[in-house]
Amino acid sequence: MMWLFLRKQKYLIDFTLSSLLRRKGKSLGLLAVYTLIVFMLASVTLFTHALRKEAGLMLQASPEIIVQRMQAGRHALIPADYLQRIGRLRGVTQKEGRLWGYYYDPAVKANYTIMTAGQVAAPLTEIIIGTGIARARGLVVGDYLTLRSQNGEAYSFEITELLNEKSELVSADLLLMSPQAFRRLFNIPEGFYTDLVLSVRNPREVRKVAEKLTLLLPDTRPILREEVLRTYDSVFSWRQGILFVLLTGSILAFVIFAWDKASGLSAEERREIGILKAVGWETADVMRMKFWEGMIVSLSAFLIGYLAAYAHVFYASASLFEPVLKGWAVLYPQFRLTPFVDGLQLATLLFFTVLPYIVATIIPIWRTSITDPDAVMR
Amino acid sequence: MRKSNTFLACVFLLLVGCIATLVDATHRKHLAVSDVESGTALVRQFGLTDLALFTEARYTRHLSQSDLHSAFQDHPVALEHFPSGSLLLPPQRMQ
Amino acid sequence: MLIQLTDIKKVFNQGRPNEFWAIQGVSLEFEPNRVSCLKGASGSGKTTLLSMIGCLSRPTSGRIQLGERVISSLPERFLTDVRRHTFGFIFQRFNLISGLSVLENIMLPAYPLGLPYKRLVATALHLLEQFNLLAKADNPVEWLSGGEAQRVAICRALINDPQILIADEPTANLDSKLSYEFMGLIDELRQSGKTILITSHDPEVFDSAVVDRVVEMHDGVVLT
Ligand SMILES: Nc1ncnc2c1ncn2[C@@H]1O[C@H](COP(=O)(O)OP(=O)(O)OP(=O)(O)O)[C@@H](O)[C@H]1O
Ligand SMILES: [Mg+2]
Repeated sequence: MMWLFLRKQKYLIDFTLSSLLRRKGKSLGLLAVYTLIVFMLASVTLFTHALRKEAGLMLQASPEIIVQRMQAGRHALIPADYLQRIGRLRGVTQKEGRLWGYYYDPAVKANYTIMTAGQVAAPLTEIIIGTGIARARGLVVGDYLTLRSQNGEAYSFEITELLNEKSELVSADLLLMSPQAFRRLFNIPEGFYTDLVLSVRNPREVRKVAEKLTLLLPDTRPILREEVLRTYDSVFSWRQGILFVLLTGSILAFVIFAWDKASGLSAEERREIGILKAVGWETADVMRMKFWEGMIVSLSAFLIGYLAAYAHVFYASASLFEPVLKGWAVLYPQFRLTPFVDGLQLATLLFFTVLPYIVATIIPIWRTSITDPDAVMR
Repeated sequence: MRKSNTFLACVFLLLVGCIATLVDATHRKHLAVSDVESGTALVRQFGLTDLALFTEARYTRHLSQSDLHSAFQDHPVALEHFPSGSLLLPPQRMQ
Repeated sequence: MLIQLTDIKKVFNQGRPNEFWAIQGVSLEFEPNRVSCLKGASGSGKTTLLSMIGCLSRPTSGRIQLGERVISSLPERFLTDVRRHTFGFIFQRFNLISGLSVLENIMLPAYPLGLPYKRLVATALHLLEQFNLLAKADNPVEWLSGGEAQRVAICRALINDPQILIADEPTANLDSKLSYEFMGLIDELRQSGKTILITSHDPEVFDSAVVDRVVEMHDGVVLT
């Protein structure tokens, strides 16, 4: 019984392949366009999903609460005595001020992110840089980098270390220096910080702490880690959305093309179906044959497109997307995404790419295959 | 060879390829644990909050930290976060 | 298998202004293992009658009996089944499917039966050999000459080993020599035990010694 069924399906596949190969150019063209669409959609999905996952994992370690002072609607320096004003809040295990900012390097037209770290050995002359900066400026350990300060003086720093290149996704444009050097470079007086960082041991207390903070320091806004994580969650779905919108044009074109190809039964095809029915095929056989036609095209396109997308995103570092993501940035991290692929993702992709095509092939056939087979006699 | 056999063989190979991607993904996820951890370590050490993906402007570099509500913060033609940014032209003197 | 038609009527577009009675009460009997030929003016209803016998369509009223079985009242699904196992069709324009090879065309009617592939190919090749077409097995059907296409059409009609062969103007596209040859093939088939129904305008066919019986039709009724 089982074998009989399989044999029947194989015959139908034989026939469908023969009839597809008959219009080789058209069929292959269709397959190519279809594959390309799947490739693009799959690339976008795989890329954003993996990036979102990776960001989520890494940023899990970011501070529970960051306190920013706002002045006239803008981020402003926060006085150190705010640390005292916070005092002892229940649940807060640690609190400290941070100094960080941006430095625009006209030499390569790039923005660096400068952070401060106490561990830099010689406070005023040494820095650690991220690999993105090193690449952009062609620097190696031992080289000197000159930064121009707020009041026009130039300071030279020796590069003592490069940050681990494996962490480039978060560190490509980082430049670490001592707090003293930072204050001197940007002319920030003692007693001020960029923002404050609070550690909260118990995640359930974070919201409560944030509420107390807004009462205690009304000119600040607390940024919670969950907000950071949510930002990245939504930003990638947003970018994914934008890419999808850009793709819509091509998808629509394809839909029209596919509809025309799949649904518009030519007179010749109609005649063929008549012949098949006349020589003893049932309506159901004709439908099954058409199902296989849709299946063969869409399944091949799906499998090839998905495989190509996987290779593109996880082995070629999504090089096709780089121009889009890079924007006007000079520093762009070189990273190899960790593949996060799950069944649900594959199933969604399958559902949205394969199913519509199969439906589009079968539906119009319904009308013609229930017509009388005696039409071929005349 | 019979056409259906050729086709089924191709599909089989492609399916194997697909399963291989899943296996490869799990495998590389294990390998990448240390990479992710070195990133996590940096994040923890310096209290990082953002990815260094879009470095062209403040509010793209530190998405989660910036006041998102002012347009054209840095680069006159930088990609805007809000669609409205693409409708407003940058100030005359910056063009 | 005896074919009995009792008071068959067929109306097209019933109830509409262009209602047309193509068959107006035909009662006939076709004996097994005979070659019968329907002749008559164009539009007299030959094709319509054949397609009802061949289960391609159903009569508006009347009864068609195939051996013991009444087929005129069977639902579509069963009709296909009867058609598939009992009838082989040879059409006027051969109706081969272009782009497919000769072999594939011949095996087509057997696809829904799901026979083992090797066996089906062997049967098909055997038929091709019988009709002297073995060398053409892998050619696409467009390359065939008219006579060859005709023989391929016969092979296709025979692949499921049907009892009854129905040929609607099989010689309309052939010259008289090929028509003659065709009648030779029909003779062989009759001798191998098939029942054969032909419609034709062609004297080469209905005057042929091979034909056992000629039925003449006019405006949807049988004349003799
Ligand atoms: N589907 C249909 N709808 C309306 N009229 C039809 C239909 N099919 C056939 N007819 C009409 O029925 C009549 C008989 O047609 P049929 O094809 O049986 O004639 P025929 O004897 O085979 O003629 P020919 O020798 O030219 O093939 C014709 O007048 C034809 O116009
Ligand atoms: Mg006719």
